[in-house]
Amino acid sequence: MATPITQPLTKRSQVVSEKRMTLMERIYLPAIVKGMGITLKHFFRLRKATVKYPEQLRPMSPVYRGMHVLKRDEQGRERCTACGLCAVACPAEAITMVAAERKNGEEKLYREEKYAAVYEINMLRCIFCGDCEDACPKEAIFLTDRLVPTDYTRGTFVYGKQWLVEPLDPALRVDVSKRQPKAVAEFKKDRNFAHNR
Amino acid sequence: MIPTVIFLVALLLVTLGVAAYATYAERKVAAFMQDRIGPDRAGPFGLLQPIADGVKMIMKEDFMPASANRWLFFLGPAIAMTTALLTGVVIPWGGTLDLGGTAFKLQVADPDIGILYVFAMVSIGVYGIMLGGWASNNKYALYGAIRAASQMVSYELTMGMSIVALVILTGSLSLNDIVEQQRAGLWNIVYQPLGFLLFVICAFAECNRAPFDLPECETELVGGYHTEYSSMKLGFYLFAEYVNMFISSAVISTLFFGGYDVPFLDGLGLPQNVTVILGTVALFLKITFFIFLFMWVRWTLPRFRYDQLMDLGWKSLIPLAILNVLLTGVGYYLKNGI
Repeated sequence: MATPITQPLTKRSQVVSEKRMTLMERIYLPAIVKGMGITLKHFFRLRKATVKYPEQLRPMSPVYRGMHVLKRDEQGRERCTACGLCAVACPAEAITMVAAERKNGEEKLYREEKYAAVYEINMLRCIFCGDCEDACPKEAIFLTDRLVPTDYTRGTFVYGKQWLVEPLDPALRVDVSKRQPKAVAEFKKDRNFAHNR
Repeated sequence: MIPTVIFLVALLLVTLGVAAYATYAERKVAAFMQDRIGPDRAGPFGLLQPIADGVKMIMKEDFMPASANRWLFFLGPAIAMTTALLTGVVIPWGGTLDLGGTAFKLQVADPDIGILYVFAMVSIGVYGIMLGGWASNNKYALYGAIRAASQMVSYELTMGMSIVALVILTGSLSLNDIVEQQRAGLWNIVYQPLGFLLFVICAFAECNRAPFDLPECETELVGGYHTEYSSMKLGFYLFAEYVNMFISSAVISTLFFGGYDVPFLDGLGLPQNVTVILGTVALFLKITFFIFLFMWVRWTLPRFRYDQLMDLGWKSLIPLAILNVLLTGVGYYLKNGI
């Protein structure tokens, strides 16, 4: 037979009292008046918590995991080499791709000999866990602070390369420095590793 | 005759207008008490919001369950709205205007049984809710309707009892007499603080306002008596609540706060029409305060549990109301004799 616990397990335990309420407590009115005082105080408080959404954005966490981006390198070439590791890492199986071989004359478009001819993410399946960016050996895919736009039909939520690859214009590039830890950035400079060359 | 018709139409429009903007005020008050801003998109400060809401209500799909009782389903919201609007005619909205020699009382009808008429209309309002719940042929709606009916019947007892004490003092059931008496002496709130408290609590319950808004319990009964209603039929139910709130505030102001009486105004020697209009403005200020009180309480107190509601009504309020009648009777006897 188990011995009864005589000592409280935590310091948070409380002795429950079955004290009967006093008359003042039982007629409730003083408590009601007190409560109404609290709400009235808030009524006249000038600082409101409202964020007027379309014009005003709520500040987001710097490491917020929003819509994906496929990064280009410094010369504007697509970094993705269609290795498929992100698709394998994806627990929701939201990523699909078709690999293709780089032809002569396309060296300015793609960094490696192989590239993703089709790269699709189903935004309805994606759980924004960030495993894809962890898996990517090419620093090609990142989650950003952008939000996936809403829509009325399901079909449009399969995002192809035209949505995911960042623009060529350096001014419009997507900043992912917040999602790239220092250690990773250091590691990328190590030219001993083939994929950093 | 013609001024009466004009006054009647004006009264209807004012009632509907106040009720429409009470919905806006409710959202604003709720927002302010929760440190939000509230509706501010439609027009300056969101002032066109009630119109937008109305358009939305009318444009929505009007759906009726296949197994519903067709006529009763229509009748429910109609009764709720009609009875809510009918009550306003016996309330004295102001003194007597002087229209180029003819005296015109700002009250559509002054029956000797004024306050009883209000009670009768409010009681019929229960049918609107009950029929709506019954005709939906939905057990949740029926539950909601039964709750509403039993709650309103229970609290009407206390309400009537608190009026009995008032009538002992006034000696008249006519709302006009009650106001005139308060103009001559002190407001009834001085003599009847307990009766006022009971009346206000019951008015909250009669209007199905929080903390007594059990007829609409989204968590337990999907929505309550209006679960199956949509479009403007639902709008009528919701709107009737705000009309009721306006009328209740008017009745409370009339019975306990002197109606259109402004203390010491008569002594200033202003023209009669100005005095009357100022009195009406004062009445509307009192009404505004009570509408605010309704909202203030709603966003302060949580909803009662059903058995607590019944306990409060039958075990606390009714004995208190009877005690109030007794005390008033004894007081009246000691002062005036039989």
